[in-house]
Amino acid sequence: MAVVVVEVGETRGALLRTLSAGVEASLGCPVLVSIDRLDTESFFDADRCQYRSTPMLPMLARLCRTPTDRVLGLAEGDLFIPVLTFVFGEALLSGCAAVVSTHRLYPDVYGLPADPMRLQQRLITEGVHELGHTYGLVHCHDPACVMHASRAADDIDDKTASFCLSCAGRMAPSGMRVAVV
Amino acid sequence: MDDISNTRILIVDDEQVVRDSLREWFAEDGYHVTTAAGGVEALTRLATEPADLLLIDIKMPGMDGLELQRRVKQAAPEATVIIITAYAAVDTAVQALKAGAYDYITKPIDPDDLARVISKAAAHQRLARENVRLRERIDAIAEGDMPEIVGDSPAMDEVRRMTATIAETDATVLITGESGTGKELVARAIHRGSHRRNMSMVSVNCAGLPEGLIESELFGHEKGAFTGATYQRKGKFELADGGTLFFDEIGDISAKTQIDLLRALDDKRITRVGGTRVIPVDFRVIAATHRDLARAVEEEEFRLDLFYRFNVFTIELPPLRTRPSDIPLLAQHFLQRFARSMNRRANHFAPEALQRLQAYEWPGNVRELENAVERAVVLQRGEAIGPQDLPLPICAGEPPGPEPQTLAEIEHRHIECVLGATAGNVSRAARILGIDRVTLYSKIRKYDIPRQRTS
Repeated sequence: MAVVVVEVGETRGALLRTLSAGVEASLGCPVLVSIDRLDTESFFDADRCQYRSTPMLPMLARLCRTPTDRVLGLAEGDLFIPVLTFVFGEALLSGCAAVVSTHRLYPDVYGLPADPMRLQQRLITEGVHELGHTYGLVHCHDPACVMHASRAADDIDDKTASFCLSCAGRMAPSGMRVAVV
Repeated sequence: MDDISNTRILIVDDEQVVRDSLREWFAEDGYHVTTAAGGVEALTRLATEPADLLLIDIKMPGMDGLELQRRVKQAAPEATVIIITAYAAVDTAVQALKAGAYDYITKPIDPDDLARVISKAAAHQRLARENVRLRERIDAIAEGDMPEIVGDSPAMDEVRRMTATIAETDATVLITGESGTGKELVARAIHRGSHRRNMSMVSVNCAGLPEGLIESELFGHEKGAFTGATYQRKGKFELADGGTLFFDEIGDISAKTQIDLLRALDDKRITRVGGTRVIPVDFRVIAATHRDLARAVEEEEFRLDLFYRFNVFTIELPPLRTRPSDIPLLAQHFLQRFARSMNRRANHFAPEALQRLQAYEWPGNVRELENAVERAVVLQRGEAIGPQDLPLPICAGEPPGPEPQTLAEIEHRHIECVLGATAGNVSRAARILGIDRVTLYSKIRKYDIPRQRTS
């Protein structure tokens, strides 16, 4: 039982390490950084200058070593699903793969001063959130819970990478000792 | 949203990628989601699996989104439709809104917009469902609390028939009949059968309104309109807006009030006392009187023009003495009601008691019969009401003493008897005696009836 973090396209090593450490602290399970990297060229949509996230998921799922493993892709490109303008990330609900992008997590994208700490916190929160979906969790009403839906970047700042008691209970069958709000 | 898992969403789009991505997106929120690739499939699915919210792509081959929306409005009028459109097709989306769509979203959809629109639509659905539930409850409560028109005499059959006929219209109704024949009961039956039944029926007892207060009572007043008008207050006309205004004892209003009333009935607009703003009001009028209004017009006590306003449709309630066959039915009806509310065993009348009830003239009509039965139920501990339990014409519980008695002595004894029977409950005793509580209290003081019996 482990989470494998995989680069989707080129990413900064520091962010990869931040994400791995944050996920490990939140889920309480071993996190491995894969030496593989998923090539993004085939996911690029030239009209929208964005990357399709949905086809990335089956590709990432192939990197699962055991049925209990989860694979989390880290992308720096802007992700989308065709009907939406963008997504922060996507996951296979009750599946084994998820992907998260840093693109819209930078405060400077919204004209605010650069804030590396905020970026790191948002990345960990969104990474854990997408992994939560792979364990079958849906969005939670508790605004402090990591599984609460975030529709805008500053929504993410209202929560941490910890689960509410109810969602933590739903994670229990996975055998992980997750961080609780 | 409190009930996401109870909200069923049907996504209708010919593009599989759109269906799949929206289904995934809503599934992460916990909604129950189904999809259809076109209009025909959507209607087939709706027939077996109802949906609360439909997201319909406006541009689809075959049946387009607008046509599907029209069909959905017929097949599932309670469903909320949200149109999905491309930027270029906003005009068509506006057309959809005019045809009853709740909202529209443009592709590609901003996640924040989608969440907001769906959240609003689900809340709208919840309120609509709650509204239906509350209306059903109000109807049920109204049905349960509302005394029915009892009696199988031809006269009462005719009253019921006329009540049902007139209820559906918005016509003004004049109900005539002696006191206690049930004029307000018929007014309520008309209101309950009308399209205004979900709004209030506001009663105005014209006989009980002091002349100085009637204007403020009917039209309301603004703050400071007169000494004591500390707050703004709505009058009966405004309170009845959308519903029914019931004028009881309309024959007893003063000449001045008749003029004010005539103006308000004609204009359907009022101005509060001390105010300048003209307030439009929409109400149906039902009036009742025990007086012969036509004669009152002849005697110039009632305005002819006002009489014409009220006398559009008249229902005359027959006095109880003209329909003795209804007495056993009414008596049994009241017996069951009071026995249930007082938790008494009494469930029928002895034959002699029924004979006595039918032989009596009932000058106070149904109200007097109702009071007599209530008193009998209070007194009787067994299952059968006997003739001795019936207060006809006075308290029958105690035979008169051997000594000659004055009227005051008989009144004193009768009040004591009823108070004893009601275990000192003044409100109930006053109702049985046919007087108000204040009068009963003054009589209790007058005859020095011990307080421990009047708790």
